[in-house]
Amino acid sequence: MQAPEEQPMPARNGAELLLDTLTAQNVEMIFGYPGGAVLPLYDAIYRQQFRHILVRHEQAAAHAAEGYAKATGKPGVVFVTSGPGATNAITGIADAMMDSAPLVVFTGQVGTQAIGSDAFQEADILSMTASITKNNYQVHDVRDLPRVINEAFYVASTGRKGPVLIDLPKNIANQTTNAPFPDSVNLPQYQPAPTVDKHQVAQLMQALSQAHKPVLLVGNGVHAAAAQTEVQRFAQRYQVPVVATLLGLGVMPTTAPLFLGMGGMHGTYAANMALSECDLLINVGSRFDDRLATAPAKFAPHATIAHIDIDAAEMNKIIATTYQIVGDAKTVLKLMLRSSAARPEVAAWHEQLQQWQAEHPMRYQKSATEIKPQQVVQLVGELTHGDAYVVTDVGQHQMWAAQYYPFKHQHQLITSGGLGTMGFGLPAAIGAKLAHPEQPVVLFVGDGGIQMTSEELEVIATYDLDIKIVLLNNHTLGMVRQWQDLFYDQRRSETMFEHQPNFMKLAEAYGLAGHQLTDPQTVAADLAAAFAAPHAALIEVAIPALEPVMPMIAPGSANNEMMESD
Amino acid sequence: MRRLLTCLLSNNPGVLNRFTGTLTRRQVNIDSISISPVGDKSASRVTAAVYLDDEAVAKQLVAQLNKQIDVLEIHDITEQPHIERELALIRVNAATNKRAELFAMVQPFRADVVDVALDSLMIQITGSREKVNALLRVVQPYGVTQVVRTGVAGFTRAEG
Repeated sequence: MQAPEEQPMPARNGAELLLDTLTAQNVEMIFGYPGGAVLPLYDAIYRQQFRHILVRHEQAAAHAAEGYAKATGKPGVVFVTSGPGATNAITGIADAMMDSAPLVVFTGQVGTQAIGSDAFQEADILSMTASITKNNYQVHDVRDLPRVINEAFYVASTGRKGPVLIDLPKNIANQTTNAPFPDSVNLPQYQPAPTVDKHQVAQLMQALSQAHKPVLLVGNGVHAAAAQTEVQRFAQRYQVPVVATLLGLGVMPTTAPLFLGMGGMHGTYAANMALSECDLLINVGSRFDDRLATAPAKFAPHATIAHIDIDAAEMNKIIATTYQIVGDAKTVLKLMLRSSAARPEVAAWHEQLQQWQAEHPMRYQKSATEIKPQQVVQLVGELTHGDAYVVTDVGQHQMWAAQYYPFKHQHQLITSGGLGTMGFGLPAAIGAKLAHPEQPVVLFVGDGGIQMTSEELEVIATYDLDIKIVLLNNHTLGMVRQWQDLFYDQRRSETMFEHQPNFMKLAEAYGLAGHQLTDPQTVAADLAAAFAAPHAALIEVAIPALEPVMPMIAPGSANNEMMESD
Repeated sequence: MRRLLTCLLSNNPGVLNRFTGTLTRRQVNIDSISISPVGDKSASRVTAAVYLDDEAVAKQLVAQLNKQIDVLEIHDITEQPHIERELALIRVNAATNKRAELFAMVQPFRADVVDVALDSLMIQITGSREKVNALLRVVQPYGVTQVVRTGVAGFTRAEG
């Protein structure tokens, strides 16, 4: 960054200065909830008419901001008050850290004189969030505020993206200043764009030309670097088949011939066999998460592995690799595309992969008497032509959405990957829809997860957000129950919901359209009808209680040790 | 094994918390840690001695610490020629008839007696960990009632 340039400023208080800095950062909207310690901020919002989305719980403010961030790659901005406001936001901050989503979270704090005195609504949020933020700040001088905010946006949205928290004591928000402030940041030690080791790239390309069974594994880092085009071009040029992580879905169109699908615990047979049998694995922007590398000691046992990641700390963390290329996915792929390395001989490998795909396609038992969740996702895929932003909560429905929705483009799947946060879906869908008001947004959610943040239905109603909520209701915490069935001898401890709210009345209570789908014969037409109006709808689909997500790799088993459906 | 990390942290509130938090999260045991502002006081120099057997994990830990925004610099100097020193204050029982003996004993260590009470002495020693340990061993029989050690501070040796 350039040296700071100082500009003279009119006198303003901290809160006004904060909003002006957000405006300078091109912030479109704030997700938040007011409270005592942020009264000065909300007064400034009122006076400046800054766009603010009023959620109904601070956890939802963070998840909605994540939805915005995951759907755009741009930082989501959160305002919450001190104490409980801040602690409520923690789950969303942790989720953003795990999935490298850029957030800038402002927490109110009690006045500097009262900090440490157990004042009303005081919490030591800096300590609490130290391990779940890229960086956090407490501002002690109003003149520092613009610098801190600019740093926060810079840190959140560069390198490996992530959440940054700014704790703002109330008296600092009220302090007035006309001090000039820098419009650039000066963090010489922070090097978010490392110089790529060209020698390693050359060696990798050499290895590729000699490989017989190469595989490209793509993860969230490709979205973060907006490198979809480069991935597709590279795969095409070298005829390298592609496996995606959950967060890497959308990098390759699901229908692309070179795409093998999602790998890992609930991935496709072909993708997991490719990971197991490949002789060269090029991982671009994924971190060998345990849902992908279910048994690190047995992962890609025949392969030379290359790891391309913006975060040097990911190198050799889970899987020891031969080539370690620290850099942004786009930069590295561009260098790889500039190489004149010979194309590998892969005809036999492709034949093998096609055979696996043909013999073990994604499949489920169709039924004439019950609506199958996989079928619902497929139907929604057809209704939306694979163009919708797909938001999910966490659990079985999330995996079915990942397995059966025909993704096409970057940032299209908005899901809680690393942290696996139930309750994420509904507020994240709000953020995604506000980020892309002209695009269709579909939320797949289960009957467990929707009850964790159902208060946010009010936000959907208030802002008239056209979100199609597909509630796959199996009256159970399906994924946990599936594990109990498999690994705990069917002891379904506390996972069956014998009583549930009337979701249609819940929709009605919030003034939203409700549709209840129970008939497998008419499900396609019923879904189409429910999707027809340009307003939100809560579409409750009754699905079988005991449907498992298949295929599945048990934790600790290797990628080629899949359980398949009957 | 014991590894020695030397780091420069920006002197901001909560920075040490983040630093040690990362060690805790990786389940790394800290042997000693010493920290003090240096230069214009905008940065603090940290010497951390930690127990870590796996070299790959050690490398990864350094990378993880290095990505903290407030970690300005970090090096694992375990394998490099380096100097490490610490200071200890030792209070030892010293009846009048034992004093001369104790004074004589600390001399080869180039330690100093910095406080004398009726029945005890306070010894100050500076040096390597081994030297401090050795002095502690020889004064132990007299009855050590209090010990404080600063933890090591270290640097690599200059080349050539």
